[in-house]
Amino acid sequence: MTLTEDWDQLSTEEKYEKRFENFMNPDIDFVSKEVEEKYKKRVKRLKDVVELKKPDKIPIVPNMGFYPAQYAGITAEEAMYDFDKLEMAWKKINNDFNFDCLITSALIGSGPLFETLDFQLYRWPGNGAKPDTPYQCVEKEYMKPEEYDILINDPTGYFMRYYLPRTFGAFEPWKKLSPFTDLVELPFVGGNLVPMGLPDVQESFKKLIKAGDKAMEWIQAVGAIDGQSTAVHGLPANIGGFTKAPFDTLGDTLRGTKNIMLDLYRRPEKIKEAMDSLLPLAIEMGLNSATANNNPFVFIPLHKGADSFMSREQFAEFYWPHLKKLIIGLAKEGCVPSLFVEGAYNNRLDFLEDPELPEDKVYWFFDKTDMVKVKEHLSNKAAFGGNVPASMLKTSTPDKVKEYVRDLIEKVAGDGGYMLTTGAVIDDAEAENMRAMIEAGNKYGKY
Amino acid sequence: MSTKLIESIVEMREDEALNMVNDLIEQGTPMIDIMQECKKAMEEVGNKFEEGEYFVPQLLMAAEIMNQITEMTKEECIDDTNEEDVGTVIMGTVEGDIHDIGKGIVNFNLDVNGFNVIDLGEDVSPKQYIDAINEYKPDIVGMSCLLTVAFDSMEKTIKEIKKAGLRDKVKIMIGGAPINEEVYEYTGADGWAKDAVKAVKLAKKFIGV
Repeated sequence: MTLTEDWDQLSTEEKYEKRFENFMNPDIDFVSKEVEEKYKKRVKRLKDVVELKKPDKIPIVPNMGFYPAQYAGITAEEAMYDFDKLEMAWKKINNDFNFDCLITSALIGSGPLFETLDFQLYRWPGNGAKPDTPYQCVEKEYMKPEEYDILINDPTGYFMRYYLPRTFGAFEPWKKLSPFTDLVELPFVGGNLVPMGLPDVQESFKKLIKAGDKAMEWIQAVGAIDGQSTAVHGLPANIGGFTKAPFDTLGDTLRGTKNIMLDLYRRPEKIKEAMDSLLPLAIEMGLNSATANNNPFVFIPLHKGADSFMSREQFAEFYWPHLKKLIIGLAKEGCVPSLFVEGAYNNRLDFLEDPELPEDKVYWFFDKTDMVKVKEHLSNKAAFGGNVPASMLKTSTPDKVKEYVRDLIEKVAGDGGYMLTTGAVIDDAEAENMRAMIEAGNKYGKY
Repeated sequence: MSTKLIESIVEMREDEALNMVNDLIEQGTPMIDIMQECKKAMEEVGNKFEEGEYFVPQLLMAAEIMNQITEMTKEECIDDTNEEDVGTVIMGTVEGDIHDIGKGIVNFNLDVNGFNVIDLGEDVSPKQYIDAINEYKPDIVGMSCLLTVAFDSMEKTIKEIKKAGLRDKVKIMIGGAPINEEVYEYTGADGWAKDAVKAVKLAKKFIGV
């Protein structure tokens, strides 16, 4: 997907500017010129931070989970099953709190869609989890160790005939499908299409048609909700695209946490070969989603490379090389990798200073990492954000939150290139603590 | 031979360690001696974890090796070589939360340190905890979570245990990624631990060993 006809002739810098130009001028009818100006000001603020400048004030961009549901007095289940309630709650959060970015409704997901697909990989409120809890991943060994070579040689084929049949009930009959790569000459077509005539395979396609309808309903609903919040309040989304580090793709929901860690000892070379195959797909996913959403920020949640999950040596050998190539691949096409370091990177921040990474094109935000150390390593090299803890917003008091934010800003924000954000996603919090965070962020965040 | 076995476990050389145990069994080495060496190896792994040299993959790999050795020695075992337990711990992930990996590592570490561990599983309700306390009469109750929504579950569970008249019969410890001093105070637990090795230390402190 390209943004212009001459895209391949443009330099990286030109691509970056083009993406921001589109982001700055969305196809939205703002309710007034004033609101449109607010929107452009907020986009400029985010751009200044990425470029390691001092913006007019520190952007306040929380990492939001299901909290808007709690705040509006609905359950997480209602947010996933009732578009009207989702609309009410997500409009309310954007209306009542003065953040610098849109709190999007697009990450909540549609319960009816997942039920149609018979989604096995997660439990969610309304299907296996309590009404007031967020969705949760069901850890399992979905990919067997003897299947590494199948994944390595043909990732799409592996997903089509092994992984999706195990993680979605609706895809289960796809394990009978023949490889599409066999469809190369007339005599092979008949045999290849025979599985499509099997009753259970045909049932599967009927379910997918229904799922497609539900997905359309969902995108129209969340598109309208987010569009309205942006048009009325001038709020830019801080996430455009989405992708994952190859090690996390392999470790999170294919091999599972325990098995990928054992693979580090039992089959290290297979891990590396698998990541070689997954890397170009990860880059494509990030670029395509950012382009589709006209927003250069590509969100990348980082999981298995945290301090306690592997040694520095293992990080250097297994996690970093492919993540680095992913960052470079995205930045080369003008995107801004926006990496969420889940857990802590206290003993591996030096990796993030890698001179081969583009300066002033990458944004890292942190949960449990020491932010003073972050500043020492990243100042003038990469933009960074963090880290009001999710637990603090739930269990602390407004005065303590304000003091924490004041102290944090004083210690780390002085050189610019900084965003005030939370750590782990906010599902459960006290509104007064959220307001305290915004109040302090605005009071102490002016340059 | 024994230091070589300890070394191969500590260095994560799985096949070498298992072959060595096989040889030791064939040579008629008493099971209790083999398990003693394994315990020393696990202690060393735990020390390296505390010192920041080893991490979760090493704990998991060591546990994998240990589990396989335990299976091999169980097959050969005629006598019950169970030492007396240090104490009994009930573990669970609290209501509303289904995450279990951290809890699994804690369970394993408590087990190799001589505790009798009863794992109630995930999404454990206050009633299930209370029933288990009445049935197993544990010394310690452990509560795990990953989600912030679980803080209220922990607080509620501890309140229900108190209402049932059982609060002073057990020591309650909590753990999980978002747990810190503030959350521990919020829930009313007796202690909290940042990782599996610290959990064992806390459990031993509760018992008084």
